[in-house]
Amino acid sequence: MSNRIQDVFKNKKAFIPFITCGDPDLNTTMEIVLAMEEAGADLIELGIPFSDPTAEGPVIQEANIRALSGGVTTDKIFEMVVKLREKTQIPMVFMTYANVVYSYGSDKFLKKAKEIGMDGIILPDVPFEEKSEFSAICKENDLSFISLIAPTSEDRIEMIAKEAEGFVYCVSSLGVTGMRSVITTDIGAMVELVKKAKDIPCAVGFGISTPEQAAEMSKKSDGVIIGSAIVKLIAEHGKDSVPYVSDFVRSIREAIDPA
Amino acid sequence: MSKGRFGVHGGQYIPETLMNAVIELEEAYDHYKNDASFNQELEELFNNYANRPSLLYYAEHMTKDLGGAKVYLKREDLNHTGAHKINNVLGQCLLAKKMGKTRVIAETGAGQHGVATATVAALMGLECEVYMGAVDCERQALNVYRMKLLGAKVHPVHSGTSTLKDAVSETMREWTNRISDTHYVLGSVMGPHPFPTIVRDFQAVISKEAREQHLKAEGRLPDAVIACVGGGSNAIGSFYHFIPDKEVKLIGCEAAGRGIDTAETAATISTGRLGIFHGMKSYFCQDEYGQIAPVYSISAGLDYPGVGPEHADLYDSGRAEYVPVTDDEAVDAFEYLSRTEGVIPAIESAHAVAYALKLVPTMSKDQSVIITVSGRGDKDVAAIARYRGEDIHE
Repeated sequence: MSNRIQDVFKNKKAFIPFITCGDPDLNTTMEIVLAMEEAGADLIELGIPFSDPTAEGPVIQEANIRALSGGVTTDKIFEMVVKLREKTQIPMVFMTYANVVYSYGSDKFLKKAKEIGMDGIILPDVPFEEKSEFSAICKENDLSFISLIAPTSEDRIEMIAKEAEGFVYCVSSLGVTGMRSVITTDIGAMVELVKKAKDIPCAVGFGISTPEQAAEMSKKSDGVIIGSAIVKLIAEHGKDSVPYVSDFVRSIREAIDPA
Repeated sequence: MSKGRFGVHGGQYIPETLMNAVIELEEAYDHYKNDASFNQELEELFNNYANRPSLLYYAEHMTKDLGGAKVYLKREDLNHTGAHKINNVLGQCLLAKKMGKTRVIAETGAGQHGVATATVAALMGLECEVYMGAVDCERQALNVYRMKLLGAKVHPVHSGTSTLKDAVSETMREWTNRISDTHYVLGSVMGPHPFPTIVRDFQAVISKEAREQHLKAEGRLPDAVIACVGGGSNAIGSFYHFIPDKEVKLIGCEAAGRGIDTAETAATISTGRLGIFHGMKSYFCQDEYGQIAPVYSISAGLDYPGVGPEHADLYDSGRAEYVPVTDDEAVDAFEYLSRTEGVIPAIESAHAVAYALKLVPTMSKDQSVIITVSGRGDKDVAAIARYRGEDIHE
């Protein structure tokens, strides 16, 4: 399977920002995606809001609530992606919860995701044991079903890595998404275990919020994922957040590129 | 298909961070459930700490008044801490101790499960933190203080609708944050495998006793067993040993709130559809896009948008039926049982009593029913007074 995700990690460290679609509104989401690409993002994680996001810390929980109370739905997000694809070919994956996909009809949802030009999907509440009901449909539609590994995965890493597609999402810390001052997990060892099982890029997420942390994590892996730090900027600046997000993305890009 | 399935329901839809924790729990449980000394220790706690076996009480006045089937009450309200919740908590905390855990966390709706967890944590010397929706903290202020008195730390949860589902989400989040020394004492037959099985097994003592007690009293099995269903732990405990007895009707009473034709309801099987949430595939109240619905019931303990996977399967197979009971009906039944039998039931249990008030008169005098009184109603007295327009505050 070849899609745009693989190219993201070629000859460089990848930067993968996350935003919640519809926070504060879908027009701003579109502007932010385009601005992030221009500022050096390599792949975009588009969050489809869920009422009860159990893997998220307070910052992204609140973004989900803002987006849903603004009236965003899965169908409106699909329409937004269609418009985005008229302007950009940057790789994009959805990040949402199992029920958003399952309730829509997993077949219908994933087929539609492919049609509108998405490249993959991340479902943090679908572990290895439950993935087949989603990953089989992803395969039929040439979408990458992104697997996660956590600091507690240990003996499970090999099994997960062997069936991983696109890239492996390495969860840096225990707990939920959100900014942390220190990351204590031995990321280097995690990445090594993945690579031993399969030659696949590893991107590190959860807890990264500063250029320094991004630089450090990118040295130990193939890329970094940042969500809460960006969502927080959007929470603070709303419709005017584009330049703030742009500056932040640029600062991360510079931090992870070799000097 | 993964482990822990009841038909299509159940499974383990949780973040990878928790997978090794639930695998460790499953392995420990598989070991200890057949361990004689573990079971002996648990029985000792049931009998000498929790006041088991609970009575199967013949409600003579109610029987005469309704003029139909004989009514028996399974008196889980007489357990220590005043509800069935202690059965599961004693089992899980004993298991946690065996696993070397030193800290337990729990969600609570009405506060009954939180109180039970705080109680057993005090007994067993475990650190205890309870997550409770901010709205429920207000509805059940005395239980909050009770937990504090028992040495637990109570965290009001302000996310979402600030009720039971949010308390569950927050406790799951806390578990991903601290796993190595912490066991999550899930309070109902829900969540990821192995919780629905573990909780059911510890609650099955209700039907194990009730079946023997009824056989002894009547020389036959009851015609129906009636219990209230939120997540469904007292109901599955009440049903379990009767499941093979096809002639015994199993009836779960869901909280309809202001009615199943309104948005203010928590009747999952009547109004929900298949989904994936809180670690399991089951029926959930949700909108067309899978957003979980903000449910409502007068009863904080039934105010949950989902139902345990084994109930979902019992519904699919037709082995059990599930009926909606409104706030009004439950409050009437709360008052009726108090007046008629001198038993003040929890408002949750009053949902089961309410359905019995409709069913029993349609049955014949040589038939009998068991109603599980899952808890006592002291915690609800002030709220019911306010519901009736009295200006009483705790």
